[in-house]
Amino acid sequence: MPKDPKIKKVMVIGSGPIIIGQAAEFDYSGTQACRALKSEGIETVLVNSNPATIMTDPDIADHVYIEPLTAEVVERIIEKEKPDAILPNLGGQMGLNLSMELARSGFLDRSGVRLLACRPDTIDRAEDRQLFKDTMEKLHQPIVPSKVVEELEDAVEYAATIGYPVIVRPAFTMGGTGGGICEDEEKLREIATNGLRLSPITQILVEKCIAGWKEIEYEVMRDSKGNVITVCNMENLDPVGVHTGDSIVVAPSQTLSDKEYQMLRTAALDIITELGIEGGCNCQFALKPDSFEYAVIEVNPRVSRSSALASKATGYPIAKVATKIALGYTLDEITNDVTGETCACFEPALDYVVVKYPKWPFDKFVYADKSLGTQMMATGEVMAIGNNFEHALMKAVSSIELGLDTLTLPDFEKLSTEEVIEHLHVQDSERAFCVYEALKRGVDHKVIYDITKIDWWFLDKMQHLANLELGLKQGELTREKYLEAKKYGFLDKTILRLSGASELPVKDLHAGFKMVDTCAAEFAARTPYFYSTYDQDNEAAGFIADHSDKSRKKVLVFGSGPIRIGQGIEFDYCSVHAVWTLKKHGCEAILVNNNPETVSTDFDTGDRLYFDPLNPESVDNVIATEKPDACLVQFGGQTAIKLAKHMDEVGLPILGTPADAIDEAEDRERFDELLERCGIPRPEGRTVFTLDEALKAAEEVGYPVLMRPSYVLGGQNMIVAYNSADVVEYMGVITAHVDMSHPVLMDKYIYGTECEVDAICDGEDYLVPGIMEQIERTGVHSGDSICVYPPYDFPQSVIDTLVDYTGRFARELKVVGLVNVQYAVQNGKVYVIEVNPRSSRTVPYISKVTGVPMVDLAVRCTLGEKLKDMGYGTGLWRGGKSPYYAVKVPVYSFLKLHGVDTMLGPEMKSTGEVLGIAPTFHEAMMKGLVAAGYQFKTPGPGSCVIISVKDADKKEAAELAWKLHDYGYKIYGTAGTARYLNSQMIPCSVVRQVSGERPNAIDLLESGLVDYIISTSPHGRDPHRDSVKFRRKATELSIPCITALDTARVLVDALRGDHDISKMELVDIATLHRDPMVK
Amino acid sequence: MQAYLILANGTVLTGSSIGAQGTTVGEVVFATGMVGFQETLTDPSYYGQIITQTYPLIGNYGMNSEDMESSRIWARGYIVREACTTPSNFRCEMTLDTFLKKHNIIGIEGIDTRSLTRTLRESGVMNGAITTEFDPKAEPEKMAALMPSIQGYAVTEAVKSTTCAAPKTFEPTAEPKDGGPVLHVALLDLGCKNNIVRCLQKRGCRVTVLPGTTSPEELAALKPDGLMLSNGPGDPAENTEIIANIRKMLDTGIPAFGICLGHQLTALAAGAKTSKMKYGHRGANQPVTDFATGRTFITSQNHGYAVLGGTLPAGVGRVSHVNANDKTCEGVEYMQWNCFTVQFHPEASGGPRDTEFLFDRFIQNIRRINRVKGGL
Repeated sequence: MPKDPKIKKVMVIGSGPIIIGQAAEFDYSGTQACRALKSEGIETVLVNSNPATIMTDPDIADHVYIEPLTAEVVERIIEKEKPDAILPNLGGQMGLNLSMELARSGFLDRSGVRLLACRPDTIDRAEDRQLFKDTMEKLHQPIVPSKVVEELEDAVEYAATIGYPVIVRPAFTMGGTGGGICEDEEKLREIATNGLRLSPITQILVEKCIAGWKEIEYEVMRDSKGNVITVCNMENLDPVGVHTGDSIVVAPSQTLSDKEYQMLRTAALDIITELGIEGGCNCQFALKPDSFEYAVIEVNPRVSRSSALASKATGYPIAKVATKIALGYTLDEITNDVTGETCACFEPALDYVVVKYPKWPFDKFVYADKSLGTQMMATGEVMAIGNNFEHALMKAVSSIELGLDTLTLPDFEKLSTEEVIEHLHVQDSERAFCVYEALKRGVDHKVIYDITKIDWWFLDKMQHLANLELGLKQGELTREKYLEAKKYGFLDKTILRLSGASELPVKDLHAGFKMVDTCAAEFAARTPYFYSTYDQDNEAAGFIADHSDKSRKKVLVFGSGPIRIGQGIEFDYCSVHAVWTLKKHGCEAILVNNNPETVSTDFDTGDRLYFDPLNPESVDNVIATEKPDACLVQFGGQTAIKLAKHMDEVGLPILGTPADAIDEAEDRERFDELLERCGIPRPEGRTVFTLDEALKAAEEVGYPVLMRPSYVLGGQNMIVAYNSADVVEYMGVITAHVDMSHPVLMDKYIYGTECEVDAICDGEDYLVPGIMEQIERTGVHSGDSICVYPPYDFPQSVIDTLVDYTGRFARELKVVGLVNVQYAVQNGKVYVIEVNPRSSRTVPYISKVTGVPMVDLAVRCTLGEKLKDMGYGTGLWRGGKSPYYAVKVPVYSFLKLHGVDTMLGPEMKSTGEVLGIAPTFHEAMMKGLVAAGYQFKTPGPGSCVIISVKDADKKEAAELAWKLHDYGYKIYGTAGTARYLNSQMIPCSVVRQVSGERPNAIDLLESGLVDYIISTSPHGRDPHRDSVKFRRKATELSIPCITALDTARVLVDALRGDHDISKMELVDIATLHRDPMVK
Repeated sequence: MQAYLILANGTVLTGSSIGAQGTTVGEVVFATGMVGFQETLTDPSYYGQIITQTYPLIGNYGMNSEDMESSRIWARGYIVREACTTPSNFRCEMTLDTFLKKHNIIGIEGIDTRSLTRTLRESGVMNGAITTEFDPKAEPEKMAALMPSIQGYAVTEAVKSTTCAAPKTFEPTAEPKDGGPVLHVALLDLGCKNNIVRCLQKRGCRVTVLPGTTSPEELAALKPDGLMLSNGPGDPAENTEIIANIRKMLDTGIPAFGICLGHQLTALAAGAKTSKMKYGHRGANQPVTDFATGRTFITSQNHGYAVLGGTLPAGVGRVSHVNANDKTCEGVEYMQWNCFTVQFHPEASGGPRDTEFLFDRFIQNIRRINRVKGGL
């Protein structure tokens, strides 16, 4: 069936901010969808609140709305743009839920907008627990004994009949939010209560626990003709019980025979057929390890995280094919891009092994509970490809950037064998390392299997790695031993370290590369998609000889690795744009990256893609094969920056800012010299290695002091110390978790307004597209601050100084490309906090709102072009004037991370961001807050706000309390706060602390009457403190808890209610900058 | 122990020995399935061939006594990237190495199978040898001595070698789905996979497996309700006697269903031609479009020859299925006979079961034709 000609304009809804469970994979799928639509000549309308995405680029869609993802807003956009259809299944759970809401309310029908790819009843049959159960029963597909309940007592009663442990799964929540395994009734009551509350339809599933079964997934596709295929199947190393997003996953399955493989494949195809899905679908199964018994666990009737992984693992572009199917094409009509000859109606054959490894935020949140369960915790993931499992696993471990080069975790080496075995019971993010330690100690596999239920096959393969590691430590490093170790993924430096040898038995052994081609070499493919192996031939070399254009300059671009807090999707945005610009300007762009969720790892983004780790040896292999002319390191975040020094060592020219400038900006002493040369003031600071030095330095500069390790990212492990106790606690934590070869930096803490400037420099001239002013005062990490463009209350003199300083830095550091500078402004005086001669988190946001294509200009500078020839001028863009305010609001995933204090501080905690764009500051702020999930409810009878602030904040809090009281809220305060407010004639009742006698703050929170909380009580990360517990409780109940007074101030202003979001202008940023009147 | 793969073009690849030791010569082909190794090894269609597995980790779930597609391994050698020595599966009884040894098959591991596959894809199917008896580089004269037998090797008398010696009858394993009487199906064993028999048994058929050389008269004496023509190895055109027999059998109007070699021999019996493909279809992911419904199915395949659809005499039969990738003939519907045939393997094992419904169609055909006959 050819494309439906009636569809001329399609709306795509994105997935909103990056949160745990909904990450970059939907930027990847949404971008692929938009490009597929465009290639069909269809006009696209994109709606997403997340400005860091590639899909919200004016190049990707014809109309781009960075607006709050609420039904109301999307309805208004539909009324304005009048699309013919809406594509709901590529924007994650967010996009799907929103589309369903519009369909159910009848809005789509009334507006004559078609819902492509699925029908609401299909979605219900996959996602509504009871309908799903009925559907599976109709198909004779086994499911785990379970019951849908809407009342707590029904849950308790049913659990008693099937027996504990049971699993609770709330309906219609993403990433398993609010679910969990319950060992007994007490736990069930707790989890079920929470789950019922979090489910938008107050419904949970109580299910028999089948922990320990194998978890197997199938990615399947279907078209309108009924053609069905499976793209890929995957086997989780971790058995059922660990969320698949938190599992180490292998593709294809390894321990299934043809009989089990086909049994589950047929089941998956029967399910997608019965549901009538047209597009992609993910089916998860539990398979009993000792029989053919299985159960369908979950069906996701949309493109998912697993489909992004399956796409990258096989080379099959699921999102693109799903889009074409939505338009009416059938699988047999769609060409397989990889071969260019065969059709998309086939099943990829893999001739390699893929390992996905999750990236958890626990290196950042040292107090967080690391245990894994049915609720996902990983912020991102890496994928590795090898022609044996061991090699792929070793690549994956290197790629997650934990500083490991084998599976040996030093903490476990210190334990006795008994302790290691005991620790195997702990199902947490480090379990694979614990298993490895046990294997190295020779613990019987049966012991390990009985505890972990990790399949014997995986244990045997990990044992092989353990044996190789132990073997390297013994005896001479022979040629055979070396080659064997290489084949299974040991890096040269690891081999030297383990063997103690001074040199390698084989000089300059480089890996070769094999192609990912969807067909196991059955057909000649033209995919420029490679992975490294120590094998006989090097397909990449042949490919380059055949396809590479010698006249073009060859540039290596390093990606940013897994998504983590502090290094998110914005760096993929930068890498991808860098690649596009290179290609546009006559270069060949060669990408190296390891993140399967991203646009950068689409094989048609660069001229060639190397899906491999971003460590020096791995990159050397690429260099040996590609022989590039230069590389770009400034666009891939810290992951790429870390490679700069190595590039200098191997002599590969770095385009743009030299590696030395990075060192100059990071090295304390050199940076001080730089400031002196520039004549720019900075807060007084010291460099320390030990606790004694730290205490002495703090006394010298005076409290409070800002403490952080050098070479940090996203303010990792950064705090403000107010007294010596804080310094002691901090040094204790930091020395335990950070490699102390780099010192700790201590700076006098400047209490003022923080702001951020990104600039492009060609070595002589510079262009500042925009200045961003932060709402929260210094002390809150810039990534966690609400950020306003253009500045809303800076005098011109400050703006001039900011631009001037930025220019001085750029020139003095010889920046060619991008530079980001963070400043603190106190009493009109500007201090510099830090300078980063590289792309920053704010680049996509500022590029979009100003219309200055920052990465494009920066790359052209690195290629030798001059800013003054580019048509954007120099100095401050448009003199800092903008017709719109753009407010970036951070978004957190605290609900998923147990035990993490939600208090904001110098360490970044947000996982994503949203943007509000409007003609006035207040409107933009309101849009931003709404997009971030704040609900502006009119206070009802009994609605209250709890205020608990530290002494320094009490005066300001009183102002806010007064306004809130005025709006009609009842005010509660903890003892000290209440006393102060009452003394200021603000009616305020006392609520007891969490540890106080009941009823206390917990009971008040649970009453459902609390609309907001303002809590700035003393900082601290220890989860046992009262204030931390209080904030955690609020998070679990989804009550907005504001931890900085500045944030509270803008929220309180927004609550005033004199702005109506339903009347605010909808801003199409794609056409905004095309309009010459504005420019 | 070292083992060597010698190709007819003189290439020598070094690996390690698995399975039996010695020297074996055959036609080197590649198979792309990611599971189903035991089914592949015991599939008689691989007679005379040395199989290269493109998936790199072979034998992960071990070998068992249930997944045999015949009583033995018919391939002449096995080439893998890595043979698993520590398989894991609840039905696993032995490792790949033990299985090969038990069946006295010479194998080699440690070969860059992707590189080899690319060679076979570019040059087409090539003869080769695996040896553990000498190092071709150290003893070139031994290699020179072996070369003529490699280059001269041809798969011949394939059906004769793989078919059964005497008729065997198997009772149904389930009641007929449609509630009708048990049907008796004669299965002409041209190198038959067990799962064809199983697929018929579980649909309530009594199956008599007949040697490939069974005459039309012998078949008629059995009075079967239907005729199944199995898969099998080798060049279809060499089976002139069987082709003539099939023509006579089908002329009686017996409802028939052919798979793989059965499909090719039927086409030859109808006057069409077959030809050798460059490197064939061997895998579990081949898309086949059914012209009748427009649907495309994922199928399991294993063949090196194909029916040239354009050579089917007009009015005799028409191409009913084509390969969605290379458009080769994948199925024929006959007008002059009560017969339909497919090139792919609806019995799967290994591979997708998406076209198993063709056995139901065969049974419906038998019922329908029997009703017509009864009515007369």
